[in-house]
Amino acid sequence: MDMSHDDAQTTRVTPNGVSRRNFIKGVVAGGVAVSSAAYLFRSSPLVSGQAARAGSVERLLTLTVNGQSRRVDVAPQETLAMTLRYKLGLTGTKLGCDRAECGACTVLVDDVPRYSCSVLTHSVRSKTIQTIEGLAAADGTLHPVQRGVLEEQGFQCAFCMSGFIMATVGYLKKHPNPTREELAHGVSGNLCRCQDYDKILTALERGAAISREVARG
Amino acid sequence: MADTKLVGQNYQTPDLLAKVTGKSKYAEDFRAEGMLFAKLLLSPVPHARVRSVDTSAAEAMPGVRAILRASELPEPADSVTDLGETIRANPKAERALTDEPVYAGEAVLAVAAVDEETAAAAIEAIQVEFEPLPFVVDPIVSLRPDGPNAREEGNVWGRPQTAPGTPPGPLEVQTLKWTEADFAEYDQGKMPMGKPQVEWEYGDVEAGFKSAVLVLDETFSVANNQHHVLEPRTALAYWQNGKLFMHSGTQSAVQTVASISRWLRLDPKDVVLITEYTGGGFGSRATGSVQCMIPALLSKKAGAPVMMRITREEEQYIGGIRPAVHGRVKAGFAKDGRLLAVDMYTIGENSAYEAQGDAASGSRFVSLLYQPEAMRSRAITVLTNTPPRRAQSQPGGLQAIMIFEPVLAKAARKLNIDQVVIRRLNAPEGKAKLGPANREGQRGYATSSFIKQALDRGKEVFGWDERKARSGQRVGSKVRGVGVAVSSFVAGSVGFDGLFVIKPDGKMYIQSGVGNLGTESVFDVHRVAAEMMSVPWENVVLAWGDTSQNLPWTCVSGGSQTTHAMSRAAHAAASDAIAKAKEVAARTLGGSPASYQVAGGRVSGGGRSMTLAEVARKAVELGGKFDGHELPENINKVTATSATALAGQGLMGVARDTYPRDGTSFSFVAGFAEVEVDVETGAYRVVDYTAIGDSGTIIHPRAYHGQLMGRSVLGMGHALAQKTVYDQHYGLALATRMYQSRPPTILDIPRNMKGEALNIPDPETPVGARGIGEPPVAAGACAILNALSDALGDDVYRRAPVTLDTILMALEHGRPMQEPLTANI
Repeated sequence: MDMSHDDAQTTRVTPNGVSRRNFIKGVVAGGVAVSSAAYLFRSSPLVSGQAARAGSVERLLTLTVNGQSRRVDVAPQETLAMTLRYKLGLTGTKLGCDRAECGACTVLVDDVPRYSCSVLTHSVRSKTIQTIEGLAAADGTLHPVQRGVLEEQGFQCAFCMSGFIMATVGYLKKHPNPTREELAHGVSGNLCRCQDYDKILTALERGAAISREVARG
Repeated sequence: MADTKLVGQNYQTPDLLAKVTGKSKYAEDFRAEGMLFAKLLLSPVPHARVRSVDTSAAEAMPGVRAILRASELPEPADSVTDLGETIRANPKAERALTDEPVYAGEAVLAVAAVDEETAAAAIEAIQVEFEPLPFVVDPIVSLRPDGPNAREEGNVWGRPQTAPGTPPGPLEVQTLKWTEADFAEYDQGKMPMGKPQVEWEYGDVEAGFKSAVLVLDETFSVANNQHHVLEPRTALAYWQNGKLFMHSGTQSAVQTVASISRWLRLDPKDVVLITEYTGGGFGSRATGSVQCMIPALLSKKAGAPVMMRITREEEQYIGGIRPAVHGRVKAGFAKDGRLLAVDMYTIGENSAYEAQGDAASGSRFVSLLYQPEAMRSRAITVLTNTPPRRAQSQPGGLQAIMIFEPVLAKAARKLNIDQVVIRRLNAPEGKAKLGPANREGQRGYATSSFIKQALDRGKEVFGWDERKARSGQRVGSKVRGVGVAVSSFVAGSVGFDGLFVIKPDGKMYIQSGVGNLGTESVFDVHRVAAEMMSVPWENVVLAWGDTSQNLPWTCVSGGSQTTHAMSRAAHAAASDAIAKAKEVAARTLGGSPASYQVAGGRVSGGGRSMTLAEVARKAVELGGKFDGHELPENINKVTATSATALAGQGLMGVARDTYPRDGTSFSFVAGFAEVEVDVETGAYRVVDYTAIGDSGTIIHPRAYHGQLMGRSVLGMGHALAQKTVYDQHYGLALATRMYQSRPPTILDIPRNMKGEALNIPDPETPVGARGIGEPPVAAGACAILNALSDALGDDVYRRAPVTLDTILMALEHGRPMQEPLTANI
């Protein structure tokens, strides 16, 4: 295994006969790393074989997700959406297309809306990630955009909803006072197949208005 | 229902908080201990026989746990209807896996492994030898005398001839070819019209054409369209104590248990379906998806839970497509615009699996919406080697109305009649008739229709006259146009069951068997029962989305049935509970049951009164029918099983909807659009849109608005951009992702669309409510098409969608440049 990699964010994978799998088990037992099984890239010998190739990156890294530091075992080719959904149990982020067409997987990376299906987890190690699960305050107080959706009964099947909400939250950080037209452009990277755009836009506009009320105190 | 506190009011649905916080769980959001992952091997060719399969390398891979072949699937089982009628299984019906793929992208086999990468690597390591077979992707090519067939046996579904008086034979694939002479006008872009499969007629069509001052003969094609549900048909399955637990999206929680048990040959009591949330259906998963068999069987084989994640590409193949329909319409008009006669022929494309009846069923909506004095309809549905066709919002109705509306718009221009006026003149009213006569010589009719009022209201809301005054005027390179269209679809079924219990805690526990697709009908319809029981909504506890929770027999949420069907069932169950509550009060407090009323959470009469909580306690004491130990005989056995499980807990409301209904329920929409076309580039945008719905009483205004506007935009997609085409040489779909068959985005639609409901109760249902899911679709599509021809004239398009190159080429050449009959190739 290539041990030349040196990065403060990455735990050195153990050399000298201790298998990577056992090492991670040890870490899990110690309560340090995320304990959920690495479902899609579980350490079958097939995958371990790949990971052991020269030039591969370190796998155990620390992510800042919803204000918490999370230790997680990440394959080199793993997307942020898969890490969030299958390693961290944050299934509020949905996969609609897995190729940056629909926006259902939108999360905030350093406050910028990104398609998490098209972001490699290794590229966001030093960044702050926020998902739909991290929007409400610790005491359960909902984010203004969530409140806007509740008040207006926005969305139908809602598979697109968390992506739309995260895109809106990101957009409002830079454009706190958008017109309906501007807000539509702000969330135009998100697809709703129930085509409930009219009601969605009304709900998001309401969310923007509540955001401003909250900001004014 | 007068003076309502719940019905007609907005409220926050019980699922919404989970949705906005990311806690709502769709199929792929569940995890099971030791869960394996499945991957599919898809056919690379449109029609082939699997000659041999070598799985040895895959089986030798560490982590591979099970491989499933088509030969391991149970044979399709017969089904028995509610009436005890046996429906014989079609041996050529779509199955989850096949050794004779009939479209490119069809699943041949599946692998389960410890992770998805291993499963995918195993699929790559499996060697399959395909023997290519003849194929066809164009229905019209298949109808030519020497045209290829989608199946070796032929190109259409039919039944063998049987002697008169004997039951019809089983469905079989037959060969139907037209003559060379039938294709004489094909090169002029006129749809050939050979021997049809289905034909009906009423009135004297030829006499109508003779007395007409204007007769149009037009060919128009509606392209096929993927459903593009945002949640692919992913499924998680596992077995516990002989029971199958299935997590999967569906349009009916209750009826999907029946289909899963039929596919897998299980007793329905051994199937538990968990489907609290479904990411869109639009008709493509009416009773679930046959592919959910794959993780179920792999799980059984591997002895572990199996998650089958479906990718977007796979969804494009297996998920479902609305069939393209080619149409030819001959229509005769009187001088005042009255429609005298219609002769309509439609050719529908189909996969090589079960027939999707769009071509055959659509024309009756034309007969309803425009009330022609005489009409003839002919249709044929042809098999092709393309992905499965499934019902999609307003199936058949959309295509037929899209084929007819441009003809009506052209006629109005030629006769110099206002577009609203000609539609109003020909509109149905009240119990309007439709379709052909039955064996007794009677034509069917609607329960009610108020489309004239919808046109009047829409004209006002939209500002038709002002907008019309500026249409056709060119400003710079831009020209505007206005369009109006009417639309209709069936909007409600009958005969389902309602079930709830009011417990001694005073709360009302309602069982909802409706699928949760986001239309909110899964909750909305039960507001009727809570209203009648005078139980505040915060004291209602709803069970839904898990078939182990004792749900009643419920309609599929397709064809706009639910609001009508299940509000009736809720009404029936509440009426049952009210009668029982009165009887309980009379027995407890004295007096006659008739002297009591249920109001304000109490049963009161003659100065005596008890709370519903007290009634519930007393109902348990009395037992029998009061707490569900005795059940009505006419309820469905699914309801009876559920009610029995809930018996003894309180006052039970349980009943089947047996309310009379005179006519068939239809809903209507009038849609108005304004477009602005850049005649230098051909690009256009929808400036504004207004939809007025006629679907009876509104139960939940916000949900209604979402459906009315949302389905309008789905229709707009059919006019603007969305379609799938097939390569004729290789038989492959050219749209394998969303962006290649682009559904509307938030930027494609007007910023302030207006939607309203007439809110006139339907006289033939106790709550007055009909469904609204389907009719907005064709209104949205056709209002745009008609606005385009208003702006640009009749000689621009002869098929939909109308893209900018269609417009630009037509404007350059002064005539339509795209062949309508090649819309899907």
